[in-house]
Amino acid sequence: MSENVEKERSMILQKEMIGNLFKELGNVKQTGKKVVYTFVPGNLSELIRSFDMLPVYPEINALQSGMRKKSDAYIREAEKWGHSEDVCTYVKCDIGMMLKGNIGPTGEKVPDPDLLLLSYTGCFTFLKWFENLEKLYPGVPVALIHTPYQENGIITAEMTEYMVKQLKNDVIPKMEQVSGQKFDPEKLKTILQHSADTEDLIVKIFDTTKNVPSPIDAYFAGVYYIGPINIGFRGTPEATEYYKELYSEILERVRLGLGPVTPEGEMEEERYRLVVEGPPNWTSFREFWKLFYDMGAVIVASSYTRVGGVYKNGFRHDPDRLLESLSEYCMGCYTNMNLPQRVEMLAKEIKDYKADGFLVNSIKSCNSFSAGQLLIMRTLEDRMGIPVGFIESDLVDPRYFSYSNIKNRLESFFQMLEQRKLINV
Amino acid sequence: MKRFYLGVDLGSTTSKAIIINEKDEIVGRGITNTRANYRVAVEIAKLEAIFNARFYLLKKQLEDEIKQHPEFKKYIDDIESLFQYLQFKKRSDIFHAALLETANQSFNNGLKDKVIQHVENIFTKINPMLKLEFVDGDLANSNQFFRDIISEKYNEEIAKLDKELFEPMMLVYDKSITPVENEMVDFNFKDLLTNSVELLKEKYKDRSNKHTGEISGHFDAELNILTGNYENVSDSLKKHIDFIADFEFNIANMVGTGYGRALLPFPADSIKSEILCHAFGAHAIFPFTRTVLDIGGQDTKAIQVDSYGLVTSFNMNDRCAAGCGRYLGYIADEFSISLNELGPEALEATKEVTICSTCTVFAGAEVRELLNVGEERSNILAGLHKSIVMRAMSLIARSGGVKNEFTFTGGVARNQAVIKYVSQMVKDNYGKDIKINIHTDSIFMGALGGAMFARRASLKKN
Repeated sequence: MSENVEKERSMILQKEMIGNLFKELGNVKQTGKKVVYTFVPGNLSELIRSFDMLPVYPEINALQSGMRKKSDAYIREAEKWGHSEDVCTYVKCDIGMMLKGNIGPTGEKVPDPDLLLLSYTGCFTFLKWFENLEKLYPGVPVALIHTPYQENGIITAEMTEYMVKQLKNDVIPKMEQVSGQKFDPEKLKTILQHSADTEDLIVKIFDTTKNVPSPIDAYFAGVYYIGPINIGFRGTPEATEYYKELYSEILERVRLGLGPVTPEGEMEEERYRLVVEGPPNWTSFREFWKLFYDMGAVIVASSYTRVGGVYKNGFRHDPDRLLESLSEYCMGCYTNMNLPQRVEMLAKEIKDYKADGFLVNSIKSCNSFSAGQLLIMRTLEDRMGIPVGFIESDLVDPRYFSYSNIKNRLESFFQMLEQRKLINV
Repeated sequence: MKRFYLGVDLGSTTSKAIIINEKDEIVGRGITNTRANYRVAVEIAKLEAIFNARFYLLKKQLEDEIKQHPEFKKYIDDIESLFQYLQFKKRSDIFHAALLETANQSFNNGLKDKVIQHVENIFTKINPMLKLEFVDGDLANSNQFFRDIISEKYNEEIAKLDKELFEPMMLVYDKSITPVENEMVDFNFKDLLTNSVELLKEKYKDRSNKHTGEISGHFDAELNILTGNYENVSDSLKKHIDFIADFEFNIANMVGTGYGRALLPFPADSIKSEILCHAFGAHAIFPFTRTVLDIGGQDTKAIQVDSYGLVTSFNMNDRCAAGCGRYLGYIADEFSISLNELGPEALEATKEVTICSTCTVFAGAEVRELLNVGEERSNILAGLHKSIVMRAMSLIARSGGVKNEFTFTGGVARNQAVIKYVSQMVKDNYGKDIKINIHTDSIFMGALGGAMFARRASLKKN
């Protein structure tokens, strides 16, 4: 019983945090707070927060619309506006939502932006997305940082210096201008300390999957766990509180030897442990999850839950290196890592979390993730001798989620894992 | 008691059944076209496999005698053909009755009488023709299903009618064929066998009474070994035939696979993915197989297997028909030729026309345009076959390439032109030393794998 109460507490906390954010966003006319539209990968939420501005993440709105079965209409609206079928469906969903009155997931109108901040340019689509936002919100200042790709698998001092220069010369002045506040390094320092604490907790939380059975699902439940940091709460005491709570709940599950909680109930028997690459499908999220639940498959690690930051490799926001660490954070995001780095990270996860299989969910309209996925899969298969599988769906376009095809492939994949297990015994 | 194992592969185009013995040897095969009622399709394939297995057992039992007496083999083969005929005839009679019933319900007096009269005329004409083709010809071994055979004959006849009658005759056909196909027809092996023996007796009695000159059209040295000798052979084989008719066929376990597997009336643990079954079946026939390409009706699969025949990875095209068997079916319709004619005609090509369309439906429009500008049909067909294989090659590359040996399975592996391009492209892309395996049973690989899994599961249980 006590466990149920505890379990709910982190959920309640998260719900409150998100609710408050959208309430704040709904009240900007009264409070005068400024609004920054930005993206999750390489986000500068700490910097935004240091100017007392509020972030809006269009891709989070898009995925929320997908989960609430609203994306279909939004996408069609954007296609009516001229966007082709092949354009990223986050973009189309977001633009469709704006064209239909910009009503956010909580039913409140999302305020117009005062600043458009693009802090990660590794995804070419983001650039195009912002060009569209610029047209939709004429006159709104745009701050854009060119983020160097980790071509050689390292972040050099020159790369950091290049990024810091852009922050100093472009981003901060624009934020000062929009917010009417001077940049305050001390304030940012405090925020970054909270970020580092949160990041420590996140690493610990996602590391609990090394337990057998795993107490959490690091993909389907994982996307909820990363929710607060991906909608701008990194650097706040509320986030630290939330993750502390969540971590203690998970530790309790470990102590009791329990498996993950799923919408279908607690998973009784853990039959397969998987590492998953690629974002999930949002429009049929629950059905998608259930396909795994029915087979007794638990995701012990996923690259997608790292889009808001790769912390397992040791990166932390550093209160003593303000702009440098923000720069390194931007450059360190998952899709900005080169393919050998991604392989390395996934290989380590397969090993650390004793995975039985590696699965790619390839997203039709996401180039950032899809490029190189087959290569990643083949390399891991060769190097680790692990069974691999490949399924295809989409982020928020329900037309590209074919339940029966995905089920068919997953069944084959799980039966393949079953065979392997018998051989290895 | 001998134990047998059944594998059923419910594909999008055909349903296959395989029966194996305790040594994983194939003893029976059954195949039919998949239809709206999956259970019927499966039952038909299963029944055919069981009947086929009984004949296999008969031949196996008489293996030594058959070597010394070729007339024995001829006798059994003949019985098997007649056996097929009797089943066909029963279904055809049902279809005949259904046509009359439909005509009765669909039209008013004047037209109704005309349609009924024409249906009667058609069956009066085609019934003896079909009997002849089964009894004296090779129709029983032509790999054609009931619907193919009956529709070919019926269509031939109604094509001769004027438009006023053609439409209503087509309408009664369309309304009747589906319910008949989806209805289960009961057959009793022993009755069928007795009747086949009787029918065969008639055939040879008839032949003995005629001079060979009169039936020179059917002159056949093999046939003559039985003429005049028929009674003796029949007597010698009687006890063996009685034995297989009474043989209690014990299916100890079964496994279902294929795209419709979830709909099979099998328990959940007897349903296996077709990826695993195809790979396992292909590996059983060719134990050195490491890469399997399966082109079926509605999907194409590239599968990598290990030395045990277990899948290590796979890639599927379940998105686009342009890489699947249905593409060929569509093209055959476009050209108004049968599926079986596509490959041979493509092999006559002097060049391969490039087909640009990546979509099955739009390829149809492209084909018509090419015909308009005077391209040879065979050259267009060659281009179409090549394009399907190119898609399969891209899938293979995505699944990890070709490792020696390479086995090609699925219904499309019966098409000689596809085989030609697969062989060419595999060797061009992965080296001349790659050994390419294609088996006459390629369409049955999924069912075979299923049967083998059934045997193993049964051993484990016991």
